[in-house]
Amino acid sequence: MSAVLMPLAAEISRPLADFVAPKIEYNELAPLLVVFGAACVGVLAEAFLPRSWRHLVQLAISILGLLVAGVLAVILMADNEDLIAAQGAISVDGPALFTWILLLALTLISVLLFAERSVDGGLSAFAGQAAAVPGSEAEREATAAKVEHTEVFPLTMFAVGGMMLFASANDLLTLFVALEVFSLPLYLLCGLARRRRLISQEAAMKYFLLGAFASAFLLYGIALLYGYAGTMSLGGISDALATQTGGDAILLAGTGLIGVGLLFKVGAVPFHSWTPDVYQGAPTPITGFMAACTKIAAFIGLMRVFYVALGGTRWDWAPMMWVVAILTMVVGSVVAITQTDVKRMLAYSSIAHAGFLLTAFVGLAQAGNGVLNGITSTQAVLFYLVTYGFPTIGAFAVVTLVRDAGGEATHLSRWAGLGKKSPLLAGIFAFFLLSFAGIPLTAGFTGKWAVFTAAWSGGAWPLVVVAVLCSLVAAFFYVRVIVLMFFSDLPADSPDVALPGWQTTAAVALGLAATVVLGLVPGPVLDLAARAGEFIR
Amino acid sequence: MSHELTWLLVAIPAVSAAILLLGGKATDAWGHLLGTAAPLASFVCGVLLFFQMQAKPGEERSETVKLFEWFSVGGIKVDVTLLVDQLSILFVLLITGVGSLIHIYSIGYMAGDPRRRRFFAYLNLFIASMLLLVLAADYLVVFVGWEGVGLASYLLIGYYQAKPSAATAAKKAFVVNRVGDMGLSLAVMSMWALFGSSAFTTVNAGAEQLSSTWATLLGLMLLLAACGKSAQVPLQSWLLDAMEGPTPVSALIHAATMVTAGVYLVTRSSAIYEQTDAASTAVVIVGTVTVLVGAIIGCAKDDIKKVLAGSTMSQIGYMMLAAGLGPVGYVFAIFHLLMHGFFKANMFLGAGSVMHGMNDDVDMRRYGGLAKYMRITFVTFAFGYLAILGIPPFSGFFSKDKIIEVAFAENTVVGLCALLGAGITAFYMTRLMMMTFFGEKRWKEDVHPHESPKVMTGPLIILAILSLVGGALYFVGHWIVNWLEPVTGFEEAHPPLSELAMTLIILAVVVLGAAIGVVLYRRDIPREAPVQVSPVTTFARRDLFGDALNEAVLMRPGQYLTRTLVWLDNRGVDGLVNGLAALFGGLSGRMRRFQTGFVRSYALSMVFGAAFVVVALLAVRLS
Repeated sequence: MSAVLMPLAAEISRPLADFVAPKIEYNELAPLLVVFGAACVGVLAEAFLPRSWRHLVQLAISILGLLVAGVLAVILMADNEDLIAAQGAISVDGPALFTWILLLALTLISVLLFAERSVDGGLSAFAGQAAAVPGSEAEREATAAKVEHTEVFPLTMFAVGGMMLFASANDLLTLFVALEVFSLPLYLLCGLARRRRLISQEAAMKYFLLGAFASAFLLYGIALLYGYAGTMSLGGISDALATQTGGDAILLAGTGLIGVGLLFKVGAVPFHSWTPDVYQGAPTPITGFMAACTKIAAFIGLMRVFYVALGGTRWDWAPMMWVVAILTMVVGSVVAITQTDVKRMLAYSSIAHAGFLLTAFVGLAQAGNGVLNGITSTQAVLFYLVTYGFPTIGAFAVVTLVRDAGGEATHLSRWAGLGKKSPLLAGIFAFFLLSFAGIPLTAGFTGKWAVFTAAWSGGAWPLVVVAVLCSLVAAFFYVRVIVLMFFSDLPADSPDVALPGWQTTAAVALGLAATVVLGLVPGPVLDLAARAGEFIR
Repeated sequence: MSHELTWLLVAIPAVSAAILLLGGKATDAWGHLLGTAAPLASFVCGVLLFFQMQAKPGEERSETVKLFEWFSVGGIKVDVTLLVDQLSILFVLLITGVGSLIHIYSIGYMAGDPRRRRFFAYLNLFIASMLLLVLAADYLVVFVGWEGVGLASYLLIGYYQAKPSAATAAKKAFVVNRVGDMGLSLAVMSMWALFGSSAFTTVNAGAEQLSSTWATLLGLMLLLAACGKSAQVPLQSWLLDAMEGPTPVSALIHAATMVTAGVYLVTRSSAIYEQTDAASTAVVIVGTVTVLVGAIIGCAKDDIKKVLAGSTMSQIGYMMLAAGLGPVGYVFAIFHLLMHGFFKANMFLGAGSVMHGMNDDVDMRRYGGLAKYMRITFVTFAFGYLAILGIPPFSGFFSKDKIIEVAFAENTVVGLCALLGAGITAFYMTRLMMMTFFGEKRWKEDVHPHESPKVMTGPLIILAILSLVGGALYFVGHWIVNWLEPVTGFEEAHPPLSELAMTLIILAVVVLGAAIGVVLYRRDIPREAPVQVSPVTTFARRDLFGDALNEAVLMRPGQYLTRTLVWLDNRGVDGLVNGLAALFGGLSGRMRRFQTGFVRSYALSMVFGAAFVVVALLAVRLS
């Protein structure tokens, strides 16, 4: 018998002998692993724990996971060692770590918002039973039994893990996988609203279809670039650009298509059309999470691909990006003027912010690029993302509190006179709006200065002029909301301001504190962004 | 010692504003007292600093106080540093001195208002921001103060929130000011790019090496900023609407201090304007045009505050004009700015006192004969009137005469315009005096004019005295010239005629203007404004079509752009495709109403976008 088995065993063990285990830098990847681990534990908890425990346990797992990952990332950042890990798939460099910490912090605030149950009669913002037909008996039963989808927590952890991976992906395949890892949970989360479920489901559907469409563009672009360079790694493509001649058509088409996929996630014009619909339909805490975190991950991904892999052809893609940046700023700030829904207005405002970010991106102020004096594009973008993320989540948190019988009262006319009903809440919201408008002593001001200066010193001064003009227009619609809140009469049937639980209070307070501190003493965070340095290859 | 005094100057009103805003109703009882004590305390600090400075020789008077490093990244470093020099200390004294008087006055003026505490909080916020603006030693920090005063002004214009007109006026002021702010922010960014810093010292040192193009650009950007804040043509329209705010606000912010920030900015940036004749000329032109525009508007208004607002524009025009002339004019621009701060605050508060006695009516056609009923108000107002006309020995005589002389010395046309402005000023101010204090009573029956309480007349008396004796700063040994020379520089101007002849000519024109005013407005004045009037009057009444121009040039195109973009954004691509189909197929006679929000249309727009991206890339390569 053994004689029969021996050759077989030899056959099995032979390839094993040739197999080299990949070298995984577990220490450097620990934040990622912790987040994904927490997500998996969350799935298990969902399967095995009794319903009544789940909310608390899930919240605890998420917060713990985020905190531990955050601490690990901070330790890594303090070490300040750039490294390409996991056989060239992931680059753990300064910008990646900075982004990780920012994503983890913002997700922590978002998770607090997800856990809020006191503003809507003891129920969370998420549907009791997503599968039940809206308006059906099953839905009513689920509501009466106070059932809720605690799956939102593990889904969020998967999403944020995907975002972290996306911001640090060092080859195009990892980039694509990360994109799907963070997008799929978001599609689901968008459709989970408890109130106005039809519009929420519509938003999820639209986001999914268009997201899939954009993924196809991205994937095709990846294929073309692989065809050109013969490698997926960003550094490899950069090398190929330097040495290879010919095949320019494939290269440019690939660049364009990858650009489309990434600009879609950033929410840049003309790939922005999903943004207002999805932001409006999704449950507001999810909108806040998406508006802040997706934009951050997508922007860093965009910059990494275009700076590291395609930096050699920047004179080819920069003019196209100029046009996209101008379109994005103009459409975002001008169309926001006519919006009548506060969530849609914030959506267009986020489009405009993407445009402001793009100015620094195409300004191409890089240390090796003749820019010695001042701030590089990467630093400016990292800093701007911090100053944009915190007020954004804070503003959406405020939106969850203005409610009437039908849920959140998001129509702007319903916000008239809010300053008389709740001066504190209206004041905080006004402060966030002033920050978006870039008024001094708020985070938005220092952020705008950073990106505009980077763009200016990179030679993109026409873009800066357009950007300043657009921020002027944008200031107009922010001020319009402030005037509406403080200088209009309170209508008789005005919506109520819900008394927030500790979760929302904490989220708003953190957003506010960050907005104030970044406006008054931006120095430390700017220093951190400067220390983060540049993308490695 | 001077270190503490300097930061206390700004900190005291800022802390007071914070206490009043955050303290809520608990501070209602004593909020106005704290709010008034804060600028007084700052004023004391300012006076102490002033005397310390005076004890030193001229070159050592300027002192910088570094508070903290705001941020530093790459090669760019911004410190929050305060600069106390001969120029800024004069502003400090004006802001805190006149500011304190106006705070005291407001205790009486706002006595019946349940939200008085909030009013004082905003006023304190304004004082703190304005002090930061004039004390900052870095253009970026100036910008912070600049936006701060804009915010305070916005809050105070819209203070009577129940009135829709007040909310609209506040919004207009905010938006127009943002246009000006754009100039300043672009200027600061250019400075970073050109000099690597926006600190005054670096910019002044680097200005000499500037190319003339950049110097001109910088000068124009700063001029745009100055136009927005100081209500100079073409950004003047907000100031008239800003009169919706409470009268003490008009006196403090929209006459004496904030609106003069533009003049301060131009004077501070003298190093840049020295390098560029084009931008300096632009400043002179803007100033000259505004002198006349403001004066003409002042002639046509029946609202007493709007007459004064037009007059403010016009007087700031004089300062701009002088500042644009360079070292021959800077000193007199600042001198006139101070004198104007006294007499215009005096007249605005006087107007407030009149309104107080007339049930808050502002229409001069329903005043008349008030001299008898409001003795103190009348006499103090008359002091302001004589000062703005420039009748010796009142303060305006010294400051305005010098500006007109300097203008003649540099350019005859500008000089003639300035002279004409002085004549028109005499006319409309006489008209105001005649309609308000003389002639028949034209009040409604339920109005019982009476003198205001002492807390209001006290500041009036002090300001009236200052309007009388302020000129001493010049005629006592040309003190102000010697004081400011180390900072702004000074050159003697040489007018074409002797000083005495110039003075006599100017006085003759002023007296002529006033005489026409007396003759025209001695007769009966109808209670309702006549409707059938000459086109010239209509032109002036409608602010020389300033709003119409704004609407045509900025608002309408903006609205069209918005509509087009919204349309394109919602249904453009779908519409294009369907429209083409309808066109080519000839089947659909009517355009269908397009629904919005179709995924397919969004996807289609992405396809077009992708096509654009790829084509653009290829086009760049091929070109």
